[in-house]
Amino acid sequence: MGSHALAYAQTVAAVEIRDLVVRYGSLTAVDGLSFEAPAGCITALLGPNGAGKSSTIEVACGLRPATSGQVRLLGRDPQDPVVRAQLGVMLQTGGLFPTARPLEWLTYLAKLYPNPADPADLLDAVGIDPGLRTQTRRLSGGEQQRVKLAAALLPQPQILFLDEPTAGLDALARRNLLDLLRKQRDLGKAIVLTTHVLPDVEDLADSIWVMSDGRIIMQGTLAELTGSSQAISFTGPMHLAIAGLMQALPEGYVASETQPGKYVVTGNPTPQVMATIASWCAQHGVMVSELGVGSRTLEQLLIETSKEGNR
Amino acid sequence: MNHVSMARRVTAHAQWELKLLIRNGEQLLLTFVIPVVLLLALGFTKLSTQSIDAAVPTVFAVSILATCFTSLAIGTGFERRSGALRFLGTTPLSRLDLVFGKLIATGLLTLSSIIAVAITGTFLDWRPSASGLALALIVGVLSATVWVSWALVIAGYFRAEAVLAIANGLFLVLMIFGGVVIATSRMPNLLAHMVDLLPSAAMANGLRDALQLNSVPVFAVIVLAVWALIGIWMAKRVFRWEP
Repeated sequence: MGSHALAYAQTVAAVEIRDLVVRYGSLTAVDGLSFEAPAGCITALLGPNGAGKSSTIEVACGLRPATSGQVRLLGRDPQDPVVRAQLGVMLQTGGLFPTARPLEWLTYLAKLYPNPADPADLLDAVGIDPGLRTQTRRLSGGEQQRVKLAAALLPQPQILFLDEPTAGLDALARRNLLDLLRKQRDLGKAIVLTTHVLPDVEDLADSIWVMSDGRIIMQGTLAELTGSSQAISFTGPMHLAIAGLMQALPEGYVASETQPGKYVVTGNPTPQVMATIASWCAQHGVMVSELGVGSRTLEQLLIETSKEGNR
Repeated sequence: MNHVSMARRVTAHAQWELKLLIRNGEQLLLTFVIPVVLLLALGFTKLSTQSIDAAVPTVFAVSILATCFTSLAIGTGFERRSGALRFLGTTPLSRLDLVFGKLIATGLLTLSSIIAVAITGTFLDWRPSASGLALALIVGVLSATVWVSWALVIAGYFRAEAVLAIANGLFLVLMIFGGVVIATSRMPNLLAHMVDLLPSAAMANGLRDALQLNSVPVFAVIVLAVWALIGIWMAKRVFRWEP
């Protein structure tokens, strides 16, 4: 990430959101959020379902008005036609015209932009045959994702909003898409990514913003977020009675099962705590393996924050 | 150039709409086949007491209502459900561009339908005056504006299934009781005055006045203009891109 980290520090924010509030009746989806994404960087906006990510993106794309707060894209209002011509969006749902063929859909969209890419070249770049005569509704999920990505890249935008871009893609298509996004970043585009596929974030993101209950609760690079504290992890049988282990541990330590059979204990990893874990497992006849200390993964971090948020 | 002009965006969207409309077989049946068959039925059979001079404006009105309102509302409702409109909401195409684009495409399709009906009418001895045709054109354009804007109000606000029911239901109600098939001149006075304020009655009466009586349908034009202004304002205000 080296050169990108430098660029991150030096570039101005292409996306700037200040004190954003979005309410649906009595429900507050976004609660005073401030966020920014600079040009030349991939910025990930993460959080559990219902955290307010989609509402934030919808306001930023001009799909929904803000209840209060300010959104500036390239220093202008998102509804400004000049800004909209510089915006590429890949939505999780929608983004295709069901009865249209991929090339004709992109050819139509190209007429709305001042400096579009060539639709056929773009389809080729995402691995869709430009001569394909199948209607988009009859394409596979992965093919539809690729056409949606092509539509997002079509304006040759300065800002790209991508909502779950790798959903439904096979391994090869995913790798190609990640490569495409890296190229876009290197061209100086500001890319805002929301996804639940955390390896994508670990692979790509220069900056990570974590949301919970409509607010930003953490922000930094991957190293900053996961490397600042250590965690003890171990592997054992699935669904251990973690509550019992928590009682055995000193106050302030949190144990969780991040994946079936994978356990993480956060807090200062002292030899005493390691011994407590080993002793508790021995008392309960639990055979553990891979007991050790390491940096937290992004997944562990998000699970912890969502558990803390639920308390 | 920082962005594409509104004229180019509207033209692009109108071309896109027209392309999709022409490709749709059901649409072509509704737009061309049914009105022509209806006129032939009225012209060749003695089922109707209406003369061909009365039958043609009535079929024009049915055609405009079917194409500009019912068909457009249903099509747009399902476009919205698919998420296609949501995506367009992130592009430089504005709500107003969408309204004008749909208005132009649907207007052109309706004009083609009316030409098909008019040609059929001439084979059945329909002989309108040039001035009557010019007046009817004004009424037709205003009517298309009214129906397109209200189709977008309904399609942009309700769920697709509800749009289907509302658009079909209103089509039948307006056609039968809204002064299209049964002229308001054949209704009781009080009811006629109320129905005259509906856009369906204004459209049908305006077309009849223009084509049968060769007179300027001032009241119908005013009623249609008011409905058009409210419709465009409402469409701009309530139309939602999201499913």
